[in-house]
Amino acid sequence: MEIIRVGMGEYKTAKAPALLVSLGLGSCVGVVLYDSTRKIGGLAHVMLPDSSLSSKKDFNPGKFADTAIDLLVAELEKAGANSKKLIAKIAGGAQMFQIKSDNNIMKIGKRNVEAVKKKLAKIKIDIVAEDVEGNYGRTIEFCCDTGKLTVKTIGHGIKIL
Amino acid sequence: MFSTFELDALKEVGNIGAGNAATALSMLLSQKVQMKIPEIKVLPFDEVSKSVGGPENLVTGIFLRVEGDLGFNILFIMQAGDTTNLLKIILHESKETLELTAMEESALKEIGNIIASAFIAALSDFTKLALRISVPSLAIDMAGAILSFPLSLYGCMGDTAFLMETEFEEGLDGVKIHFYLIPDDDKSFSTLLKTIGVRSSDGNNSRGDGGI
Repeated sequence: MEIIRVGMGEYKTAKAPALLVSLGLGSCVGVVLYDSTRKIGGLAHVMLPDSSLSSKKDFNPGKFADTAIDLLVAELEKAGANSKKLIAKIAGGAQMFQIKSDNNIMKIGKRNVEAVKKKLAKIKIDIVAEDVEGNYGRTIEFCCDTGKLTVKTIGHGIKIL
Repeated sequence: MFSTFELDALKEVGNIGAGNAATALSMLLSQKVQMKIPEIKVLPFDEVSKSVGGPENLVTGIFLRVEGDLGFNILFIMQAGDTTNLLKIILHESKETLELTAMEESALKEIGNIIASAFIAALSDFTKLALRISVPSLAIDMAGAILSFPLSLYGCMGDTAFLMETEFEEGLDGVKIHFYLIPDDDKSFSTLLKTIGVRSSDGNNSRGDGGI
């Protein structure tokens, strides 16, 4: 079976029976979008909430929740998915370290989750399952055939969403 | 972004800080501590976790935040075996797993605190910059997850990770501690360069180079 790895700041699409995988998500959020009729899925590995945070104009849009999700939807359409049928599953957005700081960006995991939810609501894609926040890392595997998202952790068990 | 000359200057500043930190660690452990010359690395985000066994590898991470005239993040990463060996040295007890007691966690955090504070004190002395350091925070988890936090902070700025890396290696038991210094943005390192007189203008690299 084909295993497609999606690294930090990347987004990729795949068709059944392929697996889309992101390893060791911490504050990052893995956003899975899926068209179950055509069995086409996409995964974005979002690092930051909003592209307005970028201090450069020519940035990699895959890093930010707002830009990455739009691009992933466009890629899925290109691959033959019906964007009106897409559902979402999300995981990640942990706060790995407890830090006292006035700097709001320190709560990056939570802010990533909020930004992803806001963006998905805006483009009317329902989140059908989520495993977010907490203080532990996650490896996620999305099976394009079954539509199941497996979330693996160290010491917090395995969840199937 | 930075010239070779500027990167060498950053490395030298790192070397002074790390040298101080190694001395502090050596005194704490009553052992000879060897240190690698710091390296400045510019890597794709995913590449960073490879140097500590890959994104899913179980590691101990100790994080400290530095704020003031510069904003950056200090992260120590140790493999599972190195963590238990280090605990053996400080607490004289044998451990098989990374299920740590509050005492053990606190001992590791304190080690992070001592090394980081020694580093910052040297940096502050040398540059006269005002820097304050947060209390240490500890996580035992996947290397990718632990690194994602400071890397994301720098991600506002660049599409590759920009960091200073060095290793402290303790002689006999071969405990290896990876030390990462990850700036919030390029401005932090530019400020550092300006303070030590290597860069004369802010952001205008060509003028700066011409002046030297």
